[in-house]
Order: sequence, then structure tokens, then C-alpha cells
Amino acid sequence: MKRFSIPPPVAALILAIVLFLLSGFLPNSYGSDVKVALSQATNILRLSVFLGVIAAGQTLVIISGFEGIDLSAGSIVTLTAILTYVMVKGENNMVLLAIFVSLVVGAFIGLLNGAGITFLKISPFVMTLGMSGVVTGAIIILNHGNVSGKVAPIMTRLIARPISPRIPIPGAIVIWLIFGVLMWLLLERTTFGKNLFAIGVNRVTAKLSGVNVTGMNLATYSLAGLLAGFGGFLLVGNTGVVLIQLGQPFLFPSIAAVAVGGTLLSGGKGSYWGSMAGAIVLTLITSLLTTMQMPDSVRRMVLGGTLLILISIYGRQQALRQ
Amino acid sequence: MKRHLTWEFLMVRYPAFFPLILLVLALAINLFLQPNMFDRETLNSNMRVFLPLILLAVGQAIVLLGGGIDISVGGVVSIINTILATRVGLDGSPEKMWQFVMISLLVGALAGAINGFFIAYLRLQPIITTYATSFLYAGLALFILPNPGGGIPAEIANLYRTSTPLGLPLAFYVTAILLLVWSYVSSTRYGKYLFAVGGKATAAYETAVPVTRVQFSIYIISGFMAALAGIALTMLSGSGNAEIGGQMTLNSITAVVIGGNAFSGGIGGVAGPVMGAMTLSLIQNIISFAHINTWWETLAKAMIIVLALAVPGIINLIRRRRA
Repeated sequence: MKRFSIPPPVAALILAIVLFLLSGFLPNSYGSDVKVALSQATNILRLSVFLGVIAAGQTLVIISGFEGIDLSAGSIVTLTAILTYVMVKGENNMVLLAIFVSLVVGAFIGLLNGAGITFLKISPFVMTLGMSGVVTGAIIILNHGNVSGKVAPIMTRLIARPISPRIPIPGAIVIWLIFGVLMWLLLERTTFGKNLFAIGVNRVTAKLSGVNVTGMNLATYSLAGLLAGFGGFLLVGNTGVVLIQLGQPFLFPSIAAVAVGGTLLSGGKGSYWGSMAGAIVLTLITSLLTTMQMPDSVRRMVLGGTLLILISIYGRQQALRQ
Repeated sequence: MKRHLTWEFLMVRYPAFFPLILLVLALAINLFLQPNMFDRETLNSNMRVFLPLILLAVGQAIVLLGGGIDISVGGVVSIINTILATRVGLDGSPEKMWQFVMISLLVGALAGAINGFFIAYLRLQPIITTYATSFLYAGLALFILPNPGGGIPAEIANLYRTSTPLGLPLAFYVTAILLLVWSYVSSTRYGKYLFAVGGKATAAYETAVPVTRVQFSIYIISGFMAALAGIALTMLSGSGNAEIGGQMTLNSITAVVIGGNAFSGGIGGVAGPVMGAMTLSLIQNIISFAHINTWWETLAKAMIIVLALAVPGIINLIRRRRA
């Protein structure tokens, strides 16, 4: 019995479009002005990029199964954002080095996560939660209350500004599209991707079929850390300033984006397209609630309620009776 | 009989064995840094601070044992705190306070029932469901009390803060009662069901365990325990703040896992998590007594927690190398 024939990513995307069109009827929204509507849509897409990139690593660890989850993503984002900010100091020629350091630092933290989970048998939730605390502690020491630095002009140019005066699409969206294609290739067209789904479905059968489960686990968490590190680099390019809590607000939404996109939280099934669509839906809802100028309390309740409805549609697990 | 004393036997048969070592270690270090720790006053002032987390950890332990997770408990704590602070008020009567304590317990169980309904009956994933409801509950708390303020009468707060029947802190008795109740519950049919559902829900279902009802019940218990934690926290602080519970959720999960329960369910108990919660709170004490540079506090605390989580794994790793 197949009730839903539309794949979750498409459904989430349709939902986002419908929500956006409906939002036109809101009192202080774009109304009937197509130009304003388009610029608002681009803006929401641009904001989705950062959640989307941070959700990429989350997608990988969740697909890898075995209660896979990365709660250190938020603090890695903050750390690499601060590192980028401090290293670049407004100079374009430091940007490549900053990207490199962000990726390496992220991957190293991810590797530590993977090692704890694989060798010490600590559950991913607690391991990455503990790591998040360690990274936050490191940030506080590194930061010491204030950091001096500056984002390079080229980062702002490539990430936050439109790609050309005539095409009003911010660079971040283009980066995200390329990123999405790369993630798709990684998941669907490489051995790594095949093995990832295999260990997500069943670790024992994967191992018996010759998959190096230990290596895959280490690689997945390292890659998740690396992607979060990249997310931090992108994020600081957009915000231009760093805060000690810069990345944390993205943490649980990144898990929610994965779930809304139809990836099974128990692993073995999912896609990055889904997470991208999920990131757009979540960012859209959040920014709509902000536009409606509701008090924070109502905003939180509506967000919680919407999330419940969204996961009720796609997040249902198999019945016990089969 | 020699077999019975092997490390594996202790670890598997008594999941609370390692947490006990940790607790004793934490107590010893704390005693070294704070020699008057076992004085009646100091003991009480420590225990009354520890109790809310202990209560949350017990609820979370039941949920994890049953194979779920509840990250909305912080939100429930906040709701209870704001209800008590706004409805009872600083000049409320004791009768009013007890009346709202009862209402709070109902609210907590109801919040848990909402979680349980979505997870057990609609079969949604626990982590994302309780994440969504944590927004609902935190939002509701903020709706009830947008700005910190209000409170409960000082004499009632003092009842919690200063009563030490027979020289022992009130929190001590509460914890003892919880452990007694658990030792009874774990031997009942419900206790067996709980372990069965947490171990493998499909297998439990096939052996005629009412899986759905057990799953539903664990969230009600968790909500109820969160309400108790909220009441204790409100009596401790004496005032209202809608953000008061936010930080406690992840701590409660860490406490349960330090307490030796398996994150994936089916293994553990309640004594371990209680010790885990106390250890976690003692670590906080140790950090503040050790006069560590403020900048280093977060890192030091996190490192100790990661170490506490890693040690059983490291021991197993070394043992396997040798074997």
C-alpha cells in the first residue's frame, strides 16, 4: 500500500512554494508586487544555504545509521567561523588558507567523534554532545571575550552579494547548487555512498559483504565535521561578524531539516536533496514567523506545531505488526 | 565463584557499578576541595541544588530504558516554573501553592502524554518529535511569563531549602523514595515490559508485550518527573523565568549515560542515573572550588564529562587487546 507517491524532497519543495505563495496574503508581506516577491524568495533561499550546508554533514551521519547524529556541528560552525574571521583579517590572499584550516579543523573534530563512537563505543548522541562542550570550551578560551578580525572583501563578494549586477542571485545560492550536485554524486555515484547506505541499513550484513564498517564510520564523522567546518566558513562570509553562539542555533534545525526531507533518522534511507528542501522549508517558516512580527512565545509554538505536522506526514516509522 | 568478580560481570550485571566509582571519586575530590562538605548545612545546600537534575535524570532514564528519548523535559520544567511563579505569586497562600503543585503534576503528565501520543500511537521518531514539542512547551512557558519575574512565597521556598528531617536533607528522602519505588517497579510486570520494549520493540511485540502502551507510558512518567523537577527548581529559586529549564535537557541525558544506561535502551536502571546526575553536579562544584580560570571552566567541565564517558570504553579496549 503506497499512499504517498510523491518523493519527500519534492513534497517538501512544493510545500515551501505553497507556503511562500500563501504568505503573500499576510498583512505586511509582498502582496501583489512580483519584484518584491522575487527578491524576498531569493533572500529566503540565501538564508537557507547555511542551514543547508550544515545539514549536509548531518545527513551523512544520519544515513550511516546506528543512532548516528552530530550534535557538535553547531560548535564546529562557530569555531571555524571564528578561525576564518581571525585568520583572514580582511585580506583576500588569506581566504584559501582559511578555507583549508576550517576544513581540516572540522574534519579533525569529526575524526575524534568517530573514534569515540567506533572504538570506545560511546553512543553518537552523547559523544558528539560531549565534543560540542569541549569545542565550545575551546572557543571560549580562543575568544577570550573578544576577537579582532575581519571578513575578506572577496568572501562577501562571493557569498553575500549577487553574482552579477544583472542577475540578482547571491553567490551563496550558486555555491549551494554546486555543493548539492557534489553531495548527490558522493551519495549516489561513489563507493563511499553505496557503503554508507549499506551500513545504515544493517551493519552486520554490510560487514559480511566486505564493507569496512570501522573505516566508514570514521570517514563519515570526519566528513560531517569537515562539512560543518565549511558551513562555518560560509556563514561568517555572510554575517561578516562572529558571535560565540553563531552556530548553535543551526544545530537542531539541521537535524529537523534532514527529517523533514524524508531521510530516515534510523538510517539507511535518504537524500541530500531532501535535506536541502527541508532547510528551505524550515528557513521559510522561521522567516515568515519573523515577518508576521509575532511575539517570540507564539513564534516558538507555531514552529513546534508546524514541525510536528511536517514529520507526521513523512517521519512515521513502520508499524509493529507487519 | 571466581567468575562472578570479573570486570565484565560487574559491568554487565551491575550497570551502576562504574557510576558508583565515578561518584565516589567525585565525592572524594569534592571533599578534598571543600572539607566541610558533609556538614548538615553544606550537604543540604548541595543536595537541594542537585535534586531537580536527579528528578529529570530519573524520568529520562525510564524513557531511555524504554528505547526512547525526551528532549522536551526542559520545556516542561519551564512551563511548571512559570505556572507556579505567575499563579501562586510571591504573596500566595500555602493552600494555593499546593493546589498549583497538583495542577503542575497534571500539566507535566499531560505534556508527556502529548509526546507519548505522537511517538507511540502515530509512530513518529522520538528525538525529532520531542524536539518539536520542546518548542511548543518553551513557547508556552514564554507565553505565560514573557519576562522573568513573579515567584512563590518565601516561607514555602524555605520549606524546601531548609527542612532537614532527622538531620538529612529533604532531597535525600525524595531520592530514597524514588529508588525504593523503582526497585519495586522494576520487579513488576511493567518493569519487565519496559526492558523488553527498550531491548527490541518488535520482539517484545511478538511476545505479546503491549509495546504501544508501554511506549506511551514512559513519556507520561518523564513528563511527570519533569514537573516534579520544575516544582523543586521553583522552590529552590523562588522566582519565575521561562528560560530556566532550557539548559537542563541535555544535562539529564548526559547524567543518564554517565549513569551506565545504554543510550539505545533496554540496559540500566535508575540508581545509576541518580548517581550520574550527582556526579555531573559535583563536577560543576569541583570546577568552581578548584579556582580554575573562568575562561577554562567550560572546557575543563566538558573534558571531564567526555573522559567519564570514555573510561568504560577505554578499559574494554585494553582488556580486549590483552585477551
